[in-house]
Amino acid sequence: MSVTVEIHPDDFDPWASVQQAEQAIPAQARGAASVFVGRMRDFNEDETVTGLFLEHYPGMTERELERIVAEAEARWPLLGCHVAHRVGEVRPGDALVLVATWSAHRVAARDACSHILERLKHEAPFWKRERLADGSDRWVEQNTPGT
Amino acid sequence: MTVSVHYFARLREELGRQEEQAELPGDSLTVAELWQHLHQQPPPARLMAAVNQEQAGLDTPVRDGDEVAYFPPVTGG
Repeated sequence: MSVTVEIHPDDFDPWASVQQAEQAIPAQARGAASVFVGRMRDFNEDETVTGLFLEHYPGMTERELERIVAEAEARWPLLGCHVAHRVGEVRPGDALVLVATWSAHRVAARDACSHILERLKHEAPFWKRERLADGSDRWVEQNTPGT
Repeated sequence: MTVSVHYFARLREELGRQEEQAELPGDSLTVAELWQHLHQQPPPARLMAAVNQEQAGLDTPVRDGDEVAYFPPVTGG
């Protein structure tokens, strides 16, 4: 199983990242790929957001992402998994998070992708601070529900 | 014993520091007891912690040389 975990301090192209990771998966076996790309919105809780600062815990963040992927690997028959996350100063429209999973069949790929994303949001040490239109900053206290 | 303590996000800003070395009596205490020792009050609600870069609870033991981190609920993704 091919696993890659990346922390990006600068803007990255999630689709190019997926294509590159896919090269490591045996072409004849990869019947299904599931990809989630999350980008920064320009609004949150009814307010305009002009920028975002993403803090992480270097070392622990990578270990937690690897642990979450290993948990998924133990539960579903995966061929590969690629997780990338942005840190630092982020602008609206920039990619924040990428989760891609490959399996022989669709259900494993789709369920593992969803599982990894939800665990990442609740367990991986990342924190968002929003810059509002009036120039003030606020730490995001909790993620939006998955709806 | 000596431990290094790290703070992240809102906690780091409110406390005005990212990291400190703590000299403590004895050879073990819990994550909650370490917070009490350093800040003279019980841990705040919803405090999260890690010991040696692994998720920890308030009752996780802390020993000489450990790296302890305190942070608010995570908001990645």
